[in-house]
Amino acid sequence: MKCERLDTDVLVVGGGNAALCAAIAARRKGARVLVVEAAPKFYRGGNTRHTRNMRCAHDTATETLTGPYTEEEFWDDLLRVTEGNTDEALAKHMIAASKEMLTWITEQGVRFQPSLGGTLSLGRTNSFFLGGGRAMLNALYLTAEKLGVDVLYDAPVTALEIDGGSFRAAIARIGGRDVRIAAKSLVAAAGGFEANIDWLKEGWGERAENFLIRGTPCNRGDVLKMLLANGVEAIGDPTQCHAVAIDARAPKFDGGIITRLDCVVFGIVVNRHAERFYDEGEDFWPKRYAIWGRLVAAQPDQIAYIIFDAKSLKLFMPSLFPPISADSIGELAHKLDLPVEALETTVGTFNAAVQPGSFDHTVFDDCRTRGLAIEKTHWARRLEDPPFYAYPVRPGITFTYLGTRVDREARMQLAAGGATGNMFSAGEIMAGNVLGKGYAAGVGMTIGSVFGRIAGEGAANHACN
Amino acid sequence: MHATDHLNEADRLMTVCNSCRYCEGLCAVFPAMELRRSFADGDLNYLANLCHACGACYVDCQFSPPHEFQVNVPQTMAKVRTDSYRHYAWPKAFQPMFERNGLAIAIVAALSVAGFILGFALWHDPSVLTGTSGEFYRLMPHNVMAGLFGAVALYALLAIVMGFLNFWRDIGAGSVSAASGLSIWQAVKDVASLRYLDGGGVGCYNADEKPTDNRRLYHHLTFYGFLLCFAATSTGTIYHYVFDWPAPYGWTSLPKLFGIPGGIGLVVGPVGLFLAKLKRQDDLVDKAKFGMETAFLAMMFATGLTGLVLMVLRETSAMGIALAVHLGVVFALFLTMPYGKFVHGFYRFGALMLYAAERKADRPATVPTTAKA
Repeated sequence: MKCERLDTDVLVVGGGNAALCAAIAARRKGARVLVVEAAPKFYRGGNTRHTRNMRCAHDTATETLTGPYTEEEFWDDLLRVTEGNTDEALAKHMIAASKEMLTWITEQGVRFQPSLGGTLSLGRTNSFFLGGGRAMLNALYLTAEKLGVDVLYDAPVTALEIDGGSFRAAIARIGGRDVRIAAKSLVAAAGGFEANIDWLKEGWGERAENFLIRGTPCNRGDVLKMLLANGVEAIGDPTQCHAVAIDARAPKFDGGIITRLDCVVFGIVVNRHAERFYDEGEDFWPKRYAIWGRLVAAQPDQIAYIIFDAKSLKLFMPSLFPPISADSIGELAHKLDLPVEALETTVGTFNAAVQPGSFDHTVFDDCRTRGLAIEKTHWARRLEDPPFYAYPVRPGITFTYLGTRVDREARMQLAAGGATGNMFSAGEIMAGNVLGKGYAAGVGMTIGSVFGRIAGEGAANHACN
Repeated sequence: MHATDHLNEADRLMTVCNSCRYCEGLCAVFPAMELRRSFADGDLNYLANLCHACGACYVDCQFSPPHEFQVNVPQTMAKVRTDSYRHYAWPKAFQPMFERNGLAIAIVAALSVAGFILGFALWHDPSVLTGTSGEFYRLMPHNVMAGLFGAVALYALLAIVMGFLNFWRDIGAGSVSAASGLSIWQAVKDVASLRYLDGGGVGCYNADEKPTDNRRLYHHLTFYGFLLCFAATSTGTIYHYVFDWPAPYGWTSLPKLFGIPGGIGLVVGPVGLFLAKLKRQDDLVDKAKFGMETAFLAMMFATGLTGLVLMVLRETSAMGIALAVHLGVVFALFLTMPYGKFVHGFYRFGALMLYAAERKADRPATVPTTAKA
């Protein structure tokens, strides 16, 4: 059987923001560039299609940013969310490079909007893509195509030929056939493994069966696995992933932004035994966003219920599914299939413990409980105004932390020591270098754009010299 | 539940969009939606008429088909919009005109043209149709012409105004004083520039995901062509009655200076829009209303073309026929205006006025309770 063959200067594996930035940057350096994207055209771009903004340092306000955001401030924010789980030199290098990314990415056709609505207060630090992440991707693909970058969709890479730390070729499954693609350099920008339930189980056990995946089913981490198997050094905790609590009625994959719920602070959260298990008023929702996925994952059957009453219904962003409602707590328990008496007791005990205070959900107010095993320390109000509402929630997985170690040139490092010759990686597949833990809005896009561009230019330089 | 399946689907989509909001910078529809948590029929009809069908939100949406959420705002809004034209039309007895609008307009147009030709021939002897004098009013006295067209224009105006008022009440425009001077001025600016047909800046989406600005250009040619032709007719009427200067007019007269570029706009614009329509992705349009939209473009085109032809042929023996055809077309245009795509301009203008008023008041309009399902 004759094997089909292709060859190019730079092979970019993946189709998201990092991949396209790499492809465009490499093409602008004069290299022939081929992008192979595992997903069909509609689903191209992995998690990028669900993103909305990007965080870049800048010294002054711009048309779309309300004030300066210095490198130092960005570094402080990164240090705080990662709790030190970051490669300082690499992170600072990225933050410095982020300053010119807004200009560069705009030159590639990406457009930004003034920060308008929603509950996020990121107008100073983050630039919002006009039309969202898919609009951003569309612009990058249009630019790439105009420049002459070739893109193949539905083309998952099934094998890599790596010889002594040097990339030779990739085998991609295209139209039912294996195609060998030889290239002078490789940019791996194929994302994490959050859609690979079997891999998630290695860290989380059977619980992972009940996880919902917020992005596309294509982020299976196959390329990451191949790279690690070929001697590339790993970075990041393989058992960890970014998990938030999302509506339990969301589809298994790709429910995206509209399944998020930001009403935890307004009510109480109970597990399937109708017991509270954490302080819902600990901090503002954006800051505590990422802890509730983990908390729910630790509960029986990985499910929980946010319960609130009529006075809170309109205080938060609407979401896709309507809340489940009932005229009494007992009826609500019945509808949710929770033990009726237990829920009535939990709510009754909670209500009795609520102290007088003046409610204000925009500050740490003085509404709190006293005398409970698990207190609610802010925004505690009695659940007493019917109708009562509930949202069922499950862990929603956004991304994973395990990746490939890289240097400032985005060149992959070998576990045995030293850098690879012609292998670069960018985006979520190497995000763990910068973001070993936690998350701050828009950092994923910064990592993707900055290291995508660096990787693309490095790959082109290698290929053309 | 809403009055129609299209409204129910629009409600579902607005719930999805309201929980996403990535599109809020693209056009007026999404910020207007964000002011609301639930949607009455009137709200949805307002949003549908605020939509310019640029397609950007479809191309940019992570949930558009084949995603299981099946979010297709431009197509759903197009369906709700065309339903709204029928729903608000006055008098109610003529609402069925919208069912087979293309056919209805074709029949009315054909009958009108034939009527004028026949009328000329009967009024005078058939030879006037082939005369070479270039004098229009030998064929039909000016007062008759003005009377006939004045009557049909007044009827069209009445029907459009009544329909518009139905719409205006249903969307609750009065609750935020949407008829204020500032709102009108803002809407005039938005209409004049087709502000929301730019896909958020790059143009709108037609055959594929590559945006172009063609539709805006052709719409401008059609719209300003129509306005110029309207100005030509109006100045001609003023010349006749105020200054006692009967047609025909010289090349540098106002009716000619308005009419010639206007006629060219009305020929080029609709052709461009029609070709763009043929190439447009099926996903973005309400295919069931292809006939209505095509009939509208055809009437615009025919008005412009017959006007230009008449001008060229006015001193030949073909003048009589050319005049009869042009008058027939214009008569049919006036008669059918309230029952076709022409009304979109008025409803969109009204929606833009309400949008301007809502922005100013920073609250949504309150729709009358009778409009709620």
